[in-house]
Amino acid sequence: MTRYTDNPDAVAALIEPHQVHRDVYTSQEVYRLEMKHLFANAWVFVGHESQTANKGDYFATQVGDQPVIQVRHSTGDIHVLYNRCPHKGTKIVIDRQGNTGKFFRCPYHAWSFKTDGCLLAIPLKKGYQDTRLSETENAKGMKAVGAVHNHRGFIFARLAAEGISFEDFFGDSLSSIDNMVDRSPAGRLEVVGPPLRYMHHCNWKMLVENQTDTCHPMVAHESSAGTAVKLFEELGLPEGAPKPPAMEIIAPFMSPYEFFENMGIRTWPNGHGHTGVHHSIHSDYTAIPGYFEAMVESYGEDRAKAILDENRHNTVYFPNIMVKGPIQQLRNFIPLAADKTIVESYIYRLVDAPDELTARTAMYNRMINAPTSIVGHDDLEMYERAQEGMMADGLEWVNIQRLQTEDEDFTVEAVENGTTERQMRNQFDAWRKFMLMSMEASA
Amino acid sequence: MNVSRDQIIDFIYDEARMLDEGRYDDWLALWLPDGHYWMPLDYQQTDPIYETSLMYEDMFMLKLRVERLNGARTFSQKPKSRCHHVIQRPFVDEMNGDSFVTKTFMHYVETRLDEQQLLALTARHDLALVDGALRIANKRVDILNCDAAFRNIQLLP
Ligand SMILES: [Fe+2]
Repeated sequence: MTRYTDNPDAVAALIEPHQVHRDVYTSQEVYRLEMKHLFANAWVFVGHESQTANKGDYFATQVGDQPVIQVRHSTGDIHVLYNRCPHKGTKIVIDRQGNTGKFFRCPYHAWSFKTDGCLLAIPLKKGYQDTRLSETENAKGMKAVGAVHNHRGFIFARLAAEGISFEDFFGDSLSSIDNMVDRSPAGRLEVVGPPLRYMHHCNWKMLVENQTDTCHPMVAHESSAGTAVKLFEELGLPEGAPKPPAMEIIAPFMSPYEFFENMGIRTWPNGHGHTGVHHSIHSDYTAIPGYFEAMVESYGEDRAKAILDENRHNTVYFPNIMVKGPIQQLRNFIPLAADKTIVESYIYRLVDAPDELTARTAMYNRMINAPTSIVGHDDLEMYERAQEGMMADGLEWVNIQRLQTEDEDFTVEAVENGTTERQMRNQFDAWRKFMLMSMEASA
Repeated sequence: MNVSRDQIIDFIYDEARMLDEGRYDDWLALWLPDGHYWMPLDYQQTDPIYETSLMYEDMFMLKLRVERLNGARTFSQKPKSRCHHVIQRPFVDEMNGDSFVTKTFMHYVETRLDEQQLLALTARHDLALVDGALRIANKRVDILNCDAAFRNIQLLP
């Protein structure tokens, strides 16, 4: 039975200004439509250019449920191709990364393709002489995604051939990525090692919403952050003595509601937004010797201060990544099914900055975002309880009403109290827009 | 005082049993104060500091981890997880005066509610003889499929 396919009115009715229907999280049919429409019409994160630094370097990943390859072509440009041989459908690359040289070669029948996807050669080609292979779509080679954009090293793809431009989609929200990159004295980031990979049995949108959910840390993370504060007090260290690293990273999660209210939330059109407009849990990290000096050397004192005074907490790039500028982290929430999401957490090195910054970034990643993290454990528990709880038929709607105001307009940038759920409403407003963009009602 | 190979091997078995039986205070007491528990993320990773690991924890973090397991508001431990180590006889790879290195292959099972996961592990222990007792100076645990996507791993492999 299908309820939503070819039925844009039914899809639109899932979103109300103050609540969303549970089917957006639980229905596999809605998930399929998200992959077909939302993830095709939006600009979705693929990878970082440093993951494919040299010609022929490739990196295999997913855009929504679509297997794709990010590859550095012989011209130096980065292309994003579907990871599928146009012959029989075999995935061209199976390993997560590598170097393919000047061309891809399918391991099944040895059809080969240039690194921009164009067909190079087919063995025993005379077997197609009297056929009309050349008239097929398959003869053109590996298919490329609709459009690719490299913004300061971050590669995004739009699967749809036609649609919104990169600049129109992201607008001023790119300031968060810019700030993260500007924190390198060289204006450049490099990926560090493989990502943490963490499997969640919940809908991908719960993870994205949680990135700007400032009313949960002091509750859900009391067992880790609260216990850290308690243990630290028991140590009875003298004032000013160096704190255990865990205190600097984990303890701010225990900050009171007032701290999160005052930090502020900013939303941008098309579902993007961030917490930490005025300050954040990253504001009070200890200074690392030599870093400010290197920044002043590159940018001059005023500009260096302006870059480092920005302490944005979590920036959500709709639909499915989060960036932490002050610690150079990106989390990719890859939707595998209505109730299955893999989270990949990447970190980056600030080129020409002291290594101690990378050490703090790596520490943050393992303490907060690993499958072994005492903070992550309680987040996963909350998402999965919600995924199961929503099956209760007594109530079918999920509330997103905190600090909602009359006639909210998501087409304009806004800065509000840091505990508002406006960013969640903003995401669902964009969700409806990019879902319905290419959906037609059946006649 | 001399420590025999058998005493070292018994120490490794005893440690696994403490973890399985949840005797965490005894387990913490095995550690030297500047020790680190390292669980790499990457296969054959050499750097615990400047790359992401699954764990690289000092005594403060390990105490926090243990303390949290018993907290009243530790939601991911309601109900509690249980674990089980099946270990091969440890190899004692180095015996230099008061310091020793062992390598132990094991299967680790962790379970909670309807889920149970099995991890194949290699544990390296750096041990030291201090005031007549063996202590853990450092411990490294490599997960065979460290590059796989995991669900929660909540106890100590
Ligand atoms: Fe959280």
